[in-house]
Amino acid sequence: MNIGVVTFPGSNCDADARYASQLTGNTVHALWHKDTSLPASLDAIILPGGFSYGDYLRTGAIARFSPIMEEVIRFANGGGYVFGICNGFQILCESGLLPGALIRNEHLSFVCKDVHLRIERTSPFTNTASVGDVVRIPVAHGEGRYTAPADVLASIEDNGQVLYRYCTPAGDVVPEANPNGSLNNIAGITNAAGNVMGLMPHPERACEPILGSADGLHVFHSLMRQCNTAMA
Amino acid sequence: MKTYTAHIAVTLRRAILDVQGKAVEHALHSLHMPGFSNVRIGKHIELHIQAQDEETASGLIREACDKLLTNPVMEDYTFTLHEGEAA
Repeated sequence: MNIGVVTFPGSNCDADARYASQLTGNTVHALWHKDTSLPASLDAIILPGGFSYGDYLRTGAIARFSPIMEEVIRFANGGGYVFGICNGFQILCESGLLPGALIRNEHLSFVCKDVHLRIERTSPFTNTASVGDVVRIPVAHGEGRYTAPADVLASIEDNGQVLYRYCTPAGDVVPEANPNGSLNNIAGITNAAGNVMGLMPHPERACEPILGSADGLHVFHSLMRQCNTAMA
Repeated sequence: MKTYTAHIAVTLRRAILDVQGKAVEHALHSLHMPGFSNVRIGKHIELHIQAQDEETASGLIREACDKLLTNPVMEDYTFTLHEGEAA
Protein backbone atom coordinates (compact mmCIF):
# COMPACT_ATOMS: atom_id res chain seq x y z
CA MET A 1 0.00 0.00 0.00
CA ASN A 2 1.00 3.63 -0.35
CA ILE A 3 1.86 5.41 2.88
CA GLY A 4 2.62 9.14 3.04
CA VAL A 5 4.78 10.38 5.92
CA VAL A 6 4.52 14.10 6.69
CA THR A 7 7.57 16.07 7.79
CA PHE A 8 6.89 19.21 9.82
CA PRO A 9 9.63 21.59 10.97
CA GLY A 10 10.79 19.80 14.13
CA SER A 11 9.64 16.29 13.20
CA ASN A 12 12.34 13.81 14.23
CA CYS A 13 10.74 10.40 13.71
CA ASP A 14 9.77 10.86 10.06
CA ALA A 15 12.76 8.86 8.78
CA ASP A 16 11.99 6.04 11.23
CA ALA A 17 8.34 6.00 10.16
CA ARG A 18 9.37 5.80 6.50
CA TYR A 19 11.85 3.02 7.34
CA ALA A 20 9.29 0.92 9.23
CA SER A 21 6.77 1.42 6.43
CA GLN A 22 9.26 0.28 3.80
CA LEU A 23 10.38 -2.64 5.94
CA THR A 24 6.83 -4.01 5.85
CA GLY A 25 6.63 -3.79 2.06
CA ASN A 26 4.73 -0.52 1.73
CA THR A 27 5.50 2.14 -0.83
CA VAL A 28 6.48 5.34 0.95
CA HIS A 29 5.87 8.93 -0.09
CA ALA A 30 7.66 11.70 1.78
CA LEU A 31 5.26 14.62 2.30
CA TRP A 32 6.17 18.18 3.32
CA HIS A 33 4.18 20.41 5.66
CA LYS A 34 3.79 23.06 2.93
CA ASP A 35 2.32 20.60 0.39
CA THR A 36 -1.18 21.56 -0.71
CA SER A 37 -2.04 18.29 -2.44
CA LEU A 38 -1.54 14.57 -1.77
CA PRO A 39 -0.39 11.83 -4.17
CA ALA A 40 -3.55 10.36 -5.72
CA SER A 41 -2.59 6.78 -4.87
CA LEU A 42 -2.29 7.33 -1.11
CA ASP A 43 -3.90 4.74 1.23
CA ALA A 44 -2.60 6.03 4.57
CA ILE A 45 -0.86 9.04 6.09
CA ILE A 46 1.47 8.98 9.08
CA LEU A 47 2.02 12.09 11.22
CA PRO A 48 5.34 11.25 12.90
CA GLY A 49 6.78 12.05 16.30
CA GLY A 50 8.98 14.99 17.16
CA PHE A 51 8.60 18.55 18.32
CA SER A 52 6.82 20.27 15.46
CA TYR A 53 7.30 24.04 15.60
CA GLY A 54 9.26 23.58 18.82
CA ASP A 55 6.06 22.68 20.70
CA TYR A 56 5.41 26.45 20.81
CA LEU A 57 2.09 27.52 22.39
CA ARG A 58 0.97 23.90 22.88
CA THR A 59 2.19 20.60 21.42
CA GLY A 60 0.77 20.27 17.91
CA ALA A 61 -1.03 23.64 18.05
CA ILE A 62 0.90 25.32 15.24
CA ALA A 63 1.42 22.21 13.08
CA ARG A 64 -2.33 21.77 13.05
CA PHE A 65 -2.53 24.87 10.80
CA SER A 66 0.15 23.73 8.34
CA PRO A 67 -1.05 23.82 4.72
CA ILE A 68 -0.92 20.03 4.45
CA MET A 69 -3.28 19.56 7.40
CA GLU A 70 -6.24 20.76 5.33
CA GLU A 71 -5.50 17.87 2.97
CA VAL A 72 -4.97 15.44 5.84
CA ILE A 73 -8.34 16.41 7.34
CA ARG A 74 -10.04 16.05 3.97
CA PHE A 75 -8.33 12.65 3.47
CA ALA A 76 -9.45 11.47 6.93
CA ASN A 77 -13.01 12.66 6.45
CA GLY A 78 -13.06 10.73 3.16
CA GLY A 79 -12.22 7.52 5.02
CA GLY A 80 -8.44 7.45 4.43
CA TYR A 81 -6.28 5.92 7.17
CA VAL A 82 -4.41 8.46 9.29
CA PHE A 83 -2.00 7.41 12.01
CA GLY A 84 -0.45 9.91 14.43
CA ILE A 85 2.51 8.82 16.54
CA CYS A 86 3.42 10.80 19.68
CA ASN A 87 3.60 14.40 18.41
CA GLY A 88 1.41 13.20 15.53
CA PHE A 89 -1.22 12.12 18.11
CA GLN A 90 -1.00 15.59 19.68
CA ILE A 91 -1.52 17.20 16.26
CA LEU A 92 -4.56 14.99 15.58
CA CYS A 93 -6.11 16.06 18.91
CA GLU A 94 -5.41 19.73 18.21
CA SER A 95 -6.95 19.42 14.74
CA GLY A 96 -10.12 17.87 16.13
CA LEU A 97 -9.67 14.60 14.22
CA LEU A 98 -9.37 12.83 17.57
CA PRO A 99 -11.16 13.67 20.83
CA GLY A 100 -9.38 14.82 23.99
CA ALA A 101 -5.94 16.30 24.55
CA LEU A 102 -2.44 15.34 25.69
CA ILE A 103 -1.02 17.32 28.57
CA ARG A 104 2.06 17.44 30.79
CA ASN A 105 2.96 14.07 32.35
CA GLU A 106 1.64 13.69 35.87
CA HIS A 107 5.16 13.38 37.36
CA LEU A 108 6.38 16.37 35.26
CA SER A 109 9.31 14.37 33.85
CA PHE A 110 10.08 13.40 30.29
CA VAL A 111 9.63 9.62 30.13
CA CYS A 112 11.76 7.54 27.75
CA LYS A 113 11.51 3.77 28.24
CA ASP A 114 9.86 0.60 26.99
CA VAL A 115 6.26 0.15 28.08
CA HIS A 116 3.77 -2.67 27.66
CA LEU A 117 0.49 -2.10 25.87
CA ARG A 118 -2.61 -4.24 25.78
CA ILE A 119 -4.48 -4.32 22.48
CA GLU A 120 -8.10 -3.60 23.33
CA ARG A 121 -9.85 -4.39 20.08
CA THR A 122 -9.36 -5.26 16.46
CA SER A 123 -9.14 -2.40 13.95
CA PRO A 124 -7.47 -1.48 10.65
CA PHE A 125 -4.35 -0.75 12.75
CA THR A 126 -4.37 -3.95 14.84
CA ASN A 127 -5.90 -6.64 12.60
CA THR A 128 -2.75 -8.79 12.60
CA ALA A 129 -2.79 -8.97 16.40
CA SER A 130 -5.39 -10.40 18.77
CA VAL A 131 -7.44 -8.59 21.37
CA GLY A 132 -5.65 -8.98 24.70
CA ASP A 133 -2.19 -9.30 23.11
CA VAL A 134 0.55 -7.47 25.00
CA VAL A 135 3.23 -5.64 23.01
CA ARG A 136 6.42 -3.93 24.19
CA ILE A 137 7.05 -0.56 22.55
CA PRO A 138 9.02 2.51 23.73
CA VAL A 139 7.54 5.84 24.83
CA ALA A 140 9.43 9.14 24.67
CA HIS A 141 7.39 12.16 25.69
CA GLY A 142 6.93 14.95 28.22
CA GLU A 143 3.32 15.63 27.38
CA GLY A 144 1.53 12.34 26.92
CA ARG A 145 -1.09 12.34 29.66
CA TYR A 146 -4.33 11.67 27.86
CA THR A 147 -7.24 13.71 29.15
CA ALA A 148 -10.78 14.41 28.04
CA PRO A 149 -13.95 15.82 29.61
CA ALA A 150 -15.93 13.14 31.49
CA ASP A 151 -18.67 12.88 28.86
CA VAL A 152 -16.13 12.56 26.04
CA LEU A 153 -14.19 9.91 27.95
CA ALA A 154 -17.40 7.96 28.57
CA SER A 155 -18.34 8.10 24.90
CA ILE A 156 -14.95 6.90 23.60
CA GLU A 157 -15.02 4.05 26.12
CA ASP A 158 -18.61 3.13 25.17
CA ASN A 159 -17.82 3.29 21.45
CA GLY A 160 -14.76 1.08 21.83
CA GLN A 161 -12.43 3.81 20.59
CA VAL A 162 -9.68 2.93 23.07
CA LEU A 163 -7.25 0.79 21.10
CA TYR A 164 -4.25 0.49 23.46
CA ARG A 165 -3.83 0.74 27.24
CA TYR A 166 -0.64 0.80 29.29
CA CYS A 167 -0.35 -2.47 31.19
CA THR A 168 2.06 -4.77 33.00
CA PRO A 169 4.03 -7.41 31.04
CA ALA A 170 1.25 -9.83 32.04
CA GLY A 171 -1.41 -7.55 30.57
CA ASP A 172 -2.88 -6.10 33.75
CA VAL A 173 -4.09 -2.52 33.36
CA VAL A 174 -3.06 -1.04 36.71
CA PRO A 175 -1.90 2.43 37.86
CA GLU A 176 1.70 1.20 38.30
CA ALA A 177 1.88 0.47 34.57
CA ASN A 178 0.80 4.00 33.64
CA PRO A 179 3.89 6.03 32.63
CA ASN A 180 2.29 9.48 32.48
CA GLY A 181 -1.02 9.57 34.38
CA SER A 182 -3.25 9.11 31.32
CA LEU A 183 -6.96 8.66 32.12
CA ASN A 184 -7.92 4.96 32.14
CA ASN A 185 -4.30 4.08 31.17
CA ILE A 186 -5.09 5.21 27.62
CA ALA A 187 -2.12 5.00 25.22
CA GLY A 188 -3.93 5.02 21.88
CA ILE A 189 -7.40 5.82 20.55
CA THR A 190 -9.28 6.01 17.27
CA ASN A 191 -11.94 8.38 16.02
CA ALA A 192 -15.56 7.19 16.01
CA ALA A 193 -15.29 5.97 12.40
CA GLY A 194 -12.14 3.98 13.22
CA ASN A 195 -9.95 5.26 10.37
CA VAL A 196 -7.90 7.77 12.40
CA MET A 197 -5.60 6.53 15.18
CA GLY A 198 -3.30 8.27 17.64
CA LEU A 199 -0.71 6.47 19.76
CA MET A 200 1.79 7.97 22.22
CA PRO A 201 4.32 5.08 22.14
CA HIS A 202 6.52 4.65 19.05
CA PRO A 203 5.88 1.42 17.07
CA GLU A 204 8.33 2.58 14.39
CA ARG A 205 11.10 2.40 17.01
CA ALA A 206 10.25 -1.24 17.70
CA CYS A 207 10.39 -2.72 14.22
CA GLU A 208 13.48 -4.98 14.36
CA PRO A 209 14.86 -7.34 17.01
CA ILE A 210 18.16 -5.42 16.99
CA LEU A 211 16.22 -2.41 18.31
CA GLY A 212 15.10 -4.47 21.30
CA SER A 213 11.62 -5.28 20.04
CA ALA A 214 9.82 -5.87 16.77
CA ASP A 215 6.39 -5.62 18.40
CA GLY A 216 5.62 -2.33 16.65
CA LEU A 217 5.51 -4.00 13.24
CA HIS A 218 1.93 -5.16 13.75
CA VAL A 219 0.58 -1.66 13.03
CA PHE A 220 2.32 -1.47 9.65
CA HIS A 221 1.43 -5.08 8.76
CA SER A 222 -2.18 -4.42 9.75
CA LEU A 223 -2.49 -1.37 7.53
CA MET A 224 -1.04 -3.42 4.67
CA ARG A 225 -3.51 -6.24 5.25
CA GLN A 226 -6.41 -3.79 5.57
CA CYS A 227 -5.68 -2.24 2.19
CA ASN A 228 -5.11 -5.60 0.49
CA THR A 229 -8.44 -6.83 1.85
CA ALA A 230 -10.20 -3.67 0.73
CA MET A 231 -8.81 -4.09 -2.80
CA ALA A 232 -9.63 -7.82 -3.03
CA MET B 1 -9.19 52.24 13.82
CA LYS B 2 -7.86 52.15 17.35
CA THR B 3 -5.11 50.06 18.84
CA TYR B 4 -5.86 48.03 21.95
CA THR B 5 -3.57 46.01 24.19
CA ALA B 6 -4.85 42.71 25.51
CA HIS B 7 -3.50 40.63 28.38
CA ILE B 8 -4.72 37.06 28.13
CA ALA B 9 -4.37 34.59 31.01
CA VAL B 10 -4.57 30.90 30.11
CA THR B 11 -4.91 28.19 32.77
CA LEU B 12 -5.74 24.50 32.77
CA ARG B 13 -9.43 23.81 33.27
CA ARG B 14 -10.39 23.30 36.90
CA ALA B 15 -11.32 19.67 36.29
CA ILE B 16 -7.76 18.86 35.15
CA LEU B 17 -5.11 18.17 37.74
CA ASP B 18 -2.49 20.94 37.47
CA VAL B 19 0.62 18.99 38.38
CA GLN B 20 2.94 21.99 37.97
CA GLY B 21 0.78 23.98 40.35
CA LYS B 22 0.85 21.12 42.87
CA ALA B 23 4.66 20.89 42.66
CA VAL B 24 5.03 24.64 43.22
CA GLU B 25 2.58 24.51 46.11
CA HIS B 26 4.68 21.80 47.77
CA ALA B 27 7.81 23.91 47.21
CA LEU B 28 6.15 26.89 48.91
CA HIS B 29 5.24 24.73 51.87
CA SER B 30 8.78 23.41 52.10
CA LEU B 31 9.91 27.05 52.31
CA HIS B 32 7.77 27.24 55.47
CA MET B 33 5.12 29.32 53.71
CA PRO B 34 2.15 27.18 54.64
CA GLY B 35 -0.57 29.75 53.89
CA PHE B 36 -0.50 29.15 50.12
CA SER B 37 -2.90 26.81 48.40
CA ASN B 38 -4.61 26.18 45.07
CA VAL B 39 -1.57 27.21 42.98
CA ARG B 40 -2.39 27.25 39.27
CA ILE B 41 0.29 27.57 36.59
CA GLY B 42 -0.70 28.98 33.24
CA LYS B 43 0.60 31.29 30.58
CA HIS B 44 0.30 34.96 29.81
CA ILE B 45 -0.14 36.26 26.28
CA GLU B 46 0.13 39.96 25.50
CA LEU B 47 -0.84 41.34 22.09
CA HIS B 48 -1.96 44.41 20.20
CA ILE B 49 -5.16 44.40 18.18
CA GLN B 50 -6.51 47.03 15.83
CA ALA B 51 -10.29 47.41 15.79
CA GLN B 52 -13.07 49.98 15.42
CA ASP B 53 -14.08 49.76 19.07
CA GLU B 54 -13.60 47.75 22.23
CA GLU B 55 -16.47 45.38 21.56
CA THR B 56 -15.08 44.41 18.16
CA ALA B 57 -11.62 43.97 19.66
CA SER B 58 -13.05 41.68 22.37
CA GLY B 59 -14.80 39.58 19.75
CA LEU B 60 -11.61 39.18 17.71
CA ILE B 61 -9.64 38.17 20.80
CA ARG B 62 -12.24 35.58 21.78
CA GLU B 63 -12.10 34.17 18.24
CA ALA B 64 -8.29 33.99 18.38
CA CYS B 65 -8.43 32.28 21.79
CA ASP B 66 -11.00 29.74 20.65
CA LYS B 67 -9.23 28.93 17.37
CA LEU B 68 -5.55 29.01 18.26
CA LEU B 69 -4.37 30.62 21.48
CA THR B 70 -6.08 28.10 23.78
CA ASN B 71 -7.37 24.54 23.54
CA PRO B 72 -10.89 24.51 25.01
CA VAL B 73 -10.56 20.79 25.77
CA MET B 74 -8.00 21.52 28.46
CA GLU B 75 -7.74 25.27 29.02
CA ASP B 76 -9.77 28.27 30.18
CA TYR B 77 -8.87 31.89 29.55
CA THR B 78 -9.66 35.39 30.71
CA PHE B 79 -8.42 38.66 29.29
CA THR B 80 -8.30 42.37 29.95
CA LEU B 81 -8.29 45.00 27.25
CA HIS B 82 -7.28 48.64 27.24
CA GLU B 83 -6.89 51.24 24.54
CA GLY B 84 -3.36 52.16 23.54
CA GLU B 85 -0.11 50.29 23.14
CA ALA B 86 1.78 48.68 25.96
CA ALA B 87 4.82 50.64 27.04
